[in-house]
Amino acid sequence: MHKRISEYFIETCIKLSGLVVIIFVVSIFLFLLKDSLSLFGIYNFRDFLFGKSWLPISEPAKFGVVPLFLGSLYVTIGAIVICVPLGVGSAMFIAEVAPAYLKHVLKSLVEILAAIPSVVLGFIGIVWMGPFLRNALNLNTGMCGLTGSLLLAFMALPTVISISEDALIGVPKTFKEAAFGLGATRWQTLWRIVLPSASSGIIAAVMLGVGRVIGETMVVMMVTGNSPVIPKSLLQPLRTMTATIAGEMGETVSGSEHYFALFAVGLILFIITFIINFIADICLRRARR
Amino acid sequence: MKERLILITILAIGAAGCNESVDPNEPTGFIQVKGSDTIVNAAQMVSEEFMKEYPHVFVAITGGGSGVGIASLINGTCDVATASREMKPKEIEIANKHDVFPKEFTVAYDGVALIVNENNPIERLSIEDLHKIYTGKATNWKEFGGKDMEIVTLSREVSSGTHMYFKEEVVQLGQKGSTEEFFNQTLLLSSSQAIVEEVAANEAAIGYLGMGYVSERTKALLISKDGVAYPPNTDNVKNKKYPLSRGLYFYTNGEPQGVTKLFIDFALGPKGQQQFMETGFVPIGDTSVAQKN
Repeated sequence: MHKRISEYFIETCIKLSGLVVIIFVVSIFLFLLKDSLSLFGIYNFRDFLFGKSWLPISEPAKFGVVPLFLGSLYVTIGAIVICVPLGVGSAMFIAEVAPAYLKHVLKSLVEILAAIPSVVLGFIGIVWMGPFLRNALNLNTGMCGLTGSLLLAFMALPTVISISEDALIGVPKTFKEAAFGLGATRWQTLWRIVLPSASSGIIAAVMLGVGRVIGETMVVMMVTGNSPVIPKSLLQPLRTMTATIAGEMGETVSGSEHYFALFAVGLILFIITFIINFIADICLRRARR
Repeated sequence: MKERLILITILAIGAAGCNESVDPNEPTGFIQVKGSDTIVNAAQMVSEEFMKEYPHVFVAITGGGSGVGIASLINGTCDVATASREMKPKEIEIANKHDVFPKEFTVAYDGVALIVNENNPIERLSIEDLHKIYTGKATNWKEFGGKDMEIVTLSREVSSGTHMYFKEEVVQLGQKGSTEEFFNQTLLLSSSQAIVEEVAANEAAIGYLGMGYVSERTKALLISKDGVAYPPNTDNVKNKKYPLSRGLYFYTNGEPQGVTKLFIDFALGPKGQQQFMETGFVPIGDTSVAQKN
């Protein structure tokens, strides 16, 4: 009898916490939706979605989201291109190749990397990496998308490494033994057997890395220069959606056009991360089958 | 030993608490000051002096930009908004809608300095030159007798009062209704310090900021409007010879009351003005009354 009550109690608790999370997500979405839809009462929806200039304090103000969207997209793609090979490579090394003592050292170093606050990374970007890139690549300014991508790649590395490592370790031992038994070398086993079997986990790692990068604010605000132009390459200054919200939210009067416009940008960010998670979910399911 | 230490600490805290008995006639309270990054250091120093005089009043100073200060005054989240520009009529209109009636106090004067890298041979520019640079009509230092380098223009974020002032006076040349915008390649940096860092490191960069931020690490340009060029310094701002001179303002909701009034009076008084001077601004000439509206 006693057991039954505690069982019931715990079950209800778990059910409730699950429900609370769903309620949170739905209410955040509704909140964003409400405030962003208010924008389209006063500002043309198409001008927002396809507008090519973001001039929030001009008369009349222009809230074209294209430069901000492309800014975020460029920085994210840049960061992922840098981060994924590095991250998956290190995970393969840590999980399969490294001797035990090195494994421990590397794992704790990765954890330390995750603990560096983003402001500190941004500061390193301003003082050291920006000037370094400017001299090395002969640019006009080091405050450009590439600096942001590099720093964000650093930030996403711990996520990508630890989740891919888990996935690699989770591959059943029998797979490897079978490969070795067939005469495969260590590299062939790792590349053709272990990596494909862990692909679902690795895709999840990459997607979570993308999520981390696209939502990061402080670093990009400090190092990318924040010019609201439509970027042609990663080597020029650009402005991301997150930096725009963070940089401009403080000065807006609640209920003004500018305020609603920032919420609409937030809604776009929300939808993007939602789609990314959705894709990751589909990939995971397909890989499991 | 450890227990003893803890006991002593507790006793000490207790004793300190006992001494804290406040004289009922002494002013107590909390003042939230928010706004301009240009004035934030000066305001911090004023508040420290103020808290020495009135130890039971706590003053919190936050930056973020003049726009941030004005917005929080309207949203009711600060007692004093600091601004390096005047409130726009549209902002006053919005404020009135929110039952906020801003009262303006001019607390000091400031020059907007243009800084370049120390290795940049350029010494002086006219307002017209600056206009060309910041609207993208001139993109190479060669055009002004400098090296063959593409100009990197730096600006503050749109929440900055200096940004707004610079846009009106230089980008739009002070013409009302002008639709000129900042060159879209302009970098928008989130603090005056970030501008200093970039200019100190980048030979091709030019940036603007409040006179108080000019340091040894960068070179301030001489600016001319009608021929003669003047360096940004206290004298030239005071006698209005330096073309980019402006007022710095405190705004309160209606006539300031209680501790807020004490703070405003202190900032306008000799001790407060002294702090503004020490942080590189120009004190208001007549310290007794300096307000309008």
